[in-house]
Amino acid sequence: MLAPDALAPAAPATRVRLSTRGIALPTLSVAASLALWELISRTNTISQHDLPAMSTSFRALWHLMETGAFWLAFLRTVRGWALGLLIAAALAVPIGIVLGSFELAARAFRVPIEFLRPIPSAVLIPVLFLTLGTNIRSEIFLATFGAFWPLLVQTMYGVRDVDPVALDTGRSFGLSRLERLVRITLPSSVPYIATGVRIASTVSLILAFTAELFMGIPGLGQKVNVVSSFGETDKVFAYAIAVGFLGLAIHLVFSGLERRALRWHPSQRRGTA
Amino acid sequence: MSILEIKELGKTYGTGPRATHAVGRVTFDVEEREFVCVVGPSGCGKTTLLKGIGGLLEPTRGEVLVNGQRVTEPPPETALVFQEYGRSLMPWTSVRSNVLLPLRHKKLDRAERGRLVEEAVEAVGLTRFLDHYPWQLSGGMQQRVAIARALAYQPAILLMDEPFASVDAQTRGDLEDLILRVREEFGITILFVTHDIDESVYLADRVIVLTHSPTEVKEIVPVPLPQPRDQIATKASPEFVELRAHVQRLIRVERVPASV
Amino acid sequence: MTRRRTLAVGLEILVPVLLLFGWQLYTVHAHSFKFPRLSTILVDFKKEWLFAHVGSDLVPSLERIGAGFAIATLVGIALGVLLGMSTVLRRIATPHIEYWRAMPPPALLPISIILLHSIQNRQKVAFIAFFCVFPVLLNTIDAVRGIDPTLIDTARSYRVPWQQRVWRIVLPSALPQIVAGMRNSLALAVIMMVLSEYFSSSSGVGYQLLISKNTFQFGPMWAAIVLIGLLGYLLNALFLLIERRLLAWHRGWRAATPQ
Repeated sequence: MLAPDALAPAAPATRVRLSTRGIALPTLSVAASLALWELISRTNTISQHDLPAMSTSFRALWHLMETGAFWLAFLRTVRGWALGLLIAAALAVPIGIVLGSFELAARAFRVPIEFLRPIPSAVLIPVLFLTLGTNIRSEIFLATFGAFWPLLVQTMYGVRDVDPVALDTGRSFGLSRLERLVRITLPSSVPYIATGVRIASTVSLILAFTAELFMGIPGLGQKVNVVSSFGETDKVFAYAIAVGFLGLAIHLVFSGLERRALRWHPSQRRGTA
Repeated sequence: MSILEIKELGKTYGTGPRATHAVGRVTFDVEEREFVCVVGPSGCGKTTLLKGIGGLLEPTRGEVLVNGQRVTEPPPETALVFQEYGRSLMPWTSVRSNVLLPLRHKKLDRAERGRLVEEAVEAVGLTRFLDHYPWQLSGGMQQRVAIARALAYQPAILLMDEPFASVDAQTRGDLEDLILRVREEFGITILFVTHDIDESVYLADRVIVLTHSPTEVKEIVPVPLPQPRDQIATKASPEFVELRAHVQRLIRVERVPASV
Repeated sequence: MTRRRTLAVGLEILVPVLLLFGWQLYTVHAHSFKFPRLSTILVDFKKEWLFAHVGSDLVPSLERIGAGFAIATLVGIALGVLLGMSTVLRRIATPHIEYWRAMPPPALLPISIILLHSIQNRQKVAFIAFFCVFPVLLNTIDAVRGIDPTLIDTARSYRVPWQQRVWRIVLPSALPQIVAGMRNSLALAVIMMVLSEYFSSSSGVGYQLLISKNTFQFGPMWAAIVLIGLLGYLLNALFLLIERRLLAWHRGWRAATPQ
């Protein structure tokens, strides 16, 4: 049985109801935690040297956002993420459709896939150092490699899960194999592919950032490395906050897309939305 | 004092013009050791009524008294048997453990609990299956497990929500006779909700016929048929046929507005 | 049908073997010191990991994975049950969960070192545990919220006290989904271990990976990569075995019950 991928948890983002009641508690909760952060830091419960105050960190972020260098790094990370995701999708979806449609092909490649999937993409970093070098190509390769597997698996799931009754109906209407693929199988697989894209989008960001952090490739990851080696702790936190928000934005967008794709599908998954 | 008194019980969901009146105003009493069946047209809130009586739902109006005490949460004297037996039994453990569940928080020692479980399971004829998983048994057998669980709990009142609706007709007959035997043997009071008119007359000492929404008691029909009842003899008797037709007429009238 | 099956099994064996052969052939041909022959890699693997570096590196790595995973599982389940059962608490926790689960873990590597003043085990375990909580937590919340209401009504009507409800009904009912989350969490733990050791460590498999690269020992470097791949695969397989035994009832139940 093929399991969902490790780097991104299984469920999409929880839906926050946009009613006044629905939004009050979460907002208060966020405000309270930020206040708590400020308190812990200002009272030196954890020294400000280690944990810059909330206000300090956010101010550092604000100043950074006023610089061009920040946005350049930001866009570079986004670029690495986007290309990784796109190339992974361009590869994983067609291959997934083929493997999902032809059981023999799936079984032939089952062992290599099951073995390569759990390999942490991060172990490729030394190899990339030696081959593609410390430039954007390595970042894109790493991001693509990581994002590829969840998309492949989900696409295969989706193609395999198509309702056989629907296919039989298509066949009885004289639809060719290709027509059945395009008109029945693919639409039915869309929710699964949407889930795969959501997972892959998270993984791609993680790996793009990882490549920047570990290999010094220009981007937010590289900036984090630089400022931490200079001991500018407030900037370290500032960048972490920024990356967190980038991750959150990506996560929310793709979760939203996934939820829309899942809406009409007979429950692929029970429970929360 | 009746063992179970339902006074002007009502349940409304929502407010204003779009409110749903699941139960309107229901009043009746149940005496000790009585077998009372509740029938009504489809969608008349029978399940809501039973859940209200069992303390699982808070009524919007009226009250329920068990032994004179007001019901605000599930009272210890009642046990509920649901229609969906499969979903009320725990699939990860044995029949024995399932029946044991309600006893675990009662002040009994282990030997006593074991005895109650074994007696209850024997009363429903499933002793051989004590260590099976519930899903290894047929639908009828699973419902018997649910009944055994209720019996082991030693309630004074058994509330049953269309318990035999999801089993096949032959099994249903067996289960009906089982529940009559159980009432004799254990001396419990039974309030039995069903949509099956035959079943209601066959089992009951009294049949309570409900109106359509907003639900009220339309009529209470005494069933003076002799005990013990028999699937063939009783159902062939002219008194049964007469009572059955009477109940059906009452319900058919209630259903007319829906079919128009 | 059997012909097809034999063909399938044959392919299952043949394809990996062919790929391995291809790897060997390519590396023999390429004569590249960065891509040593597969045979060389295997020799180095034996030299390094059977059993020279086991005590000094493999064991610490496994310990970190084990500790991080254990903490993450306990916290994830406990918190998950709590949040699954209480709407209020869940609303309060949601923004935090959504923010942290989307955070790329490497972003917190420098911070974890700063805050915990160390690159010793506690920093690694904390880092691993923190991010491994989320798969378990999210799955637990999902499972607890999705418990069949009939089961809950049954427990309520029998006046089962809440402690017993949680222990005997909520947890067992949620177990299949929790275990799936744990499996993800374990795979994540391996990744987090590698990242944290590669970033800053003085021991461990990830550390060996870094060191061998930096000292241009490419045979041992690839051996470390193979080891990490094996580790991920074996841990996953082991977990699946345990899962099969634990959830035997679940398979039987799903097979017997039309969904």
